[in-house]
Amino acid sequence: MTYTAWILLTASLVGLSCGIIGVFLILRRMAMMADAISHTVLLGIVTAYLITRELSGVHMLVGAIIAGLLTAVLVQWFHSRGVQQDASIGVVFTTLFAIGVILIATQVGNVHLDVQHALMGEITFLPWNTIHLPVIGDIPKATLMLIVVFLVVLAFIIAFYKEWKITTFDAGLAASLGIPVVLMHYVFMTLVSITTVASFDAVGAIMVVAMLITPAAAAYLWTDRLSVMLVLSGAFGVISAIGGYYLAVWIDTSISGSMAFSTGILFLVSFIFSPNHGLMSRVVKPYTTTE
Amino acid sequence: MSVLAVRDLSASYHKNKVLYDVDFEINQGSLTGIVGPNGAGKSTLLKVMLDLHPKLSGSVVFFGKNLSQTKTRIGYVPQRGSVDWDFPTNALDVVLMGLYGKIGWFKWPSKKDKALAMASLEKMGMADYANRQISQLSGGQQQRVFLARALVQDADLYFMDEPLVGVDAATESAIMETLKQLKENGKTVMVVHHDLLTVEEYFDHVMLLNKTIVKHGRTDETFTKENVQATYGGALRWMKEA
Amino acid sequence: MLDMFFSPNAQWVLFSALTLGVAAGMVGCLAYWKRQSLMSDALSHAALPGVIVAFMIIGTKHLPLMILGAAVSALIGAWLIQWIQSNSRVKEDTAMGIILSVFFGFGIMMLTVVSRSAGGNQSGLDSFIFGQAASMVRTDVYTMLAVAIIIIFTIVIGFKEWKLFLFDVNFAKGLGMSSRLMSTIYLLMLVLVIVIGIQAVGVILMAALLIIPAVSAYYWTHSFKAMLVLSALFGGVSGVAGTVISTMGNGWPTGPFIVLSASVLFLASFLVGARKGMLVKAIQFKIQQRQHALEGGRQS
Repeated sequence: MTYTAWILLTASLVGLSCGIIGVFLILRRMAMMADAISHTVLLGIVTAYLITRELSGVHMLVGAIIAGLLTAVLVQWFHSRGVQQDASIGVVFTTLFAIGVILIATQVGNVHLDVQHALMGEITFLPWNTIHLPVIGDIPKATLMLIVVFLVVLAFIIAFYKEWKITTFDAGLAASLGIPVVLMHYVFMTLVSITTVASFDAVGAIMVVAMLITPAAAAYLWTDRLSVMLVLSGAFGVISAIGGYYLAVWIDTSISGSMAFSTGILFLVSFIFSPNHGLMSRVVKPYTTTE
Repeated sequence: MSVLAVRDLSASYHKNKVLYDVDFEINQGSLTGIVGPNGAGKSTLLKVMLDLHPKLSGSVVFFGKNLSQTKTRIGYVPQRGSVDWDFPTNALDVVLMGLYGKIGWFKWPSKKDKALAMASLEKMGMADYANRQISQLSGGQQQRVFLARALVQDADLYFMDEPLVGVDAATESAIMETLKQLKENGKTVMVVHHDLLTVEEYFDHVMLLNKTIVKHGRTDETFTKENVQATYGGALRWMKEA
Repeated sequence: MLDMFFSPNAQWVLFSALTLGVAAGMVGCLAYWKRQSLMSDALSHAALPGVIVAFMIIGTKHLPLMILGAAVSALIGAWLIQWIQSNSRVKEDTAMGIILSVFFGFGIMMLTVVSRSAGGNQSGLDSFIFGQAASMVRTDVYTMLAVAIIIIFTIVIGFKEWKLFLFDVNFAKGLGMSSRLMSTIYLLMLVLVIVIGIQAVGVILMAALLIIPAVSAYYWTHSFKAMLVLSALFGGVSGVAGTVISTMGNGWPTGPFIVLSASVLFLASFLVGARKGMLVKAIQFKIQQRQHALEGGRQS
């Protein structure tokens, strides 16, 4: 495959995985939790690096899962002790992120890991860092990790589809039916963490938030069916990723920044033109309401 | 026959004790209204019994067993306001959720499940709205969907949290009709209720609750002026005069 | 290292970090009770494109104009969050997430373009991401101080109005206060404190200086006045401590150290803070349990 094809494939995988996870994030009102986890994952990666002194996919995944779960647990813990939910998120993630940045600045130096990279991603370098697999041949490490993560996410979402649906819609009923709501919550946080860390290399910490939240929010405006929303959100993620890449090439700028910007454009278009929930629909038929 | 036995139940919300020494039994085939002032712990009582809120002390026994062994025999209808009605799903799908516990892990709802859910919607007069997005339903219709979801669970013991709040008169009578049918079929129903004027008409048993049980028993014996006054304190005066 | 305390420029930087911390602590306290802690996070990210675009237009690093740019872009962000929420079924947290990440992405796009044409980090724009207090020059410090002092003054003279506004908007309206005006002033203060803070703390962590001191103060007191004072104090101490620590290493960013100082104060508050602190809570719970056991024992 060509250099550009690898980049497009990697970016599309980011869009797809983030788009799917994002649907449940926004329906569970956890958009800002995604923002928090995307920052704290940095601490997980740095810590994993400091312990093992190497930046391998597996170490990064484990570090990210621990950091993500730690964030979720701490937020819940402070919240249950009287701190407002969003203030609790704010305290936890800024602190963990600050520790991560300080560790990079003081311990790691600018050798293998730098803050710039973590924030903005370096998708342009990805195709050169490859691994050889039987049958398939050479494949960029980050792409391989994204494929694995995407398959895991997809498997979890499909296998527990109705459980995700009910715990998201009505946690009280779900618990009374014997579905382990708390366990599902932490499994979900784990999925968010691995998706984030796998996308990290490609788009960086803050732009991954754009990929997680914005395509899902756009899809939310087009449909009233959860399954359709999942498909649309994944598709929007891919479109933004590819569109963002060409936008970046065109004006010669940051690829991850352009991808985040593209998700915003897609959302804006949806916000204006969506047939049922868009601005235009209100202007065109302002009097049609429910019976 | 007792289907529910609660002993010395206590619970707190943050620092405040909201329930203490709650002790009662419920017999099969009864339709009980739980009545009390705001903050009396009515909703919390349901949640504590179902383990959705932690208890400080006490025990709850369903059908002579503990909760985990009897989950499929219990139906719970949360307050309508407790869920996000903008969720992308339709009425039929919400009713189907009542079956998720029985369907089990990894399996998808079958045609038979869908037929059951549809029949249940029909019972609540909502068959025409099966495919409608739930935010496009009126408050009364949403409550009917919740009731249909409880019916499809085919439980033996139902807990309902304020099912008559914010619904139209037609829905209110449809829901009460359904509850009476449940009772006639030998099911047991406990309903958190807020309207003192309709207690005598709707329920054969009443539980007067204000953090602890003031009185519990048959409505005609229990729902007296003195007992209600003891539950509500001074706040009642203007209600009775109205 | 002690030299820095004697150089007049360093003294000014420290003094402005102190004032910034105090202002942020106070505004953060208002944000906490408006339940908008994360709004400050969204707005500080949304300020980035404004800084860069202002720089692109004027061509040099002129702080007052860049602050203006940041303020405009953060206000647009705030307005969009409101607009998205009130015109669709998208909820507040999602709207904040969208604005935060898309604006930041746009900012990074612009920053990359600028860095390329202006020759890398020459423009010093990178310091807006993580904060570099040492990069501030005298005029920057004056600008920051002036804005911070206006904010502190606005909160102090309107103390009882703010209290009423946060506690019971409808009652405040009944007394003839304009909640619209109050909301506008509040939003302006929030945006201003963010934009003067981003050079020292950076856009990513500026929110921490608004959130953490207020939450820490909450553990010590039930009085709004005391909370405001404590929050200001915690903010000020964190600002100074973080700035001092960051000068100990070569090229250490200021923002993360300010945040970490605030976090240490938070942990201390959480563990030993009066009334609501962990220790007190643990003791209270034990007493409650014992009382409960005693009562139960008596009855059976």
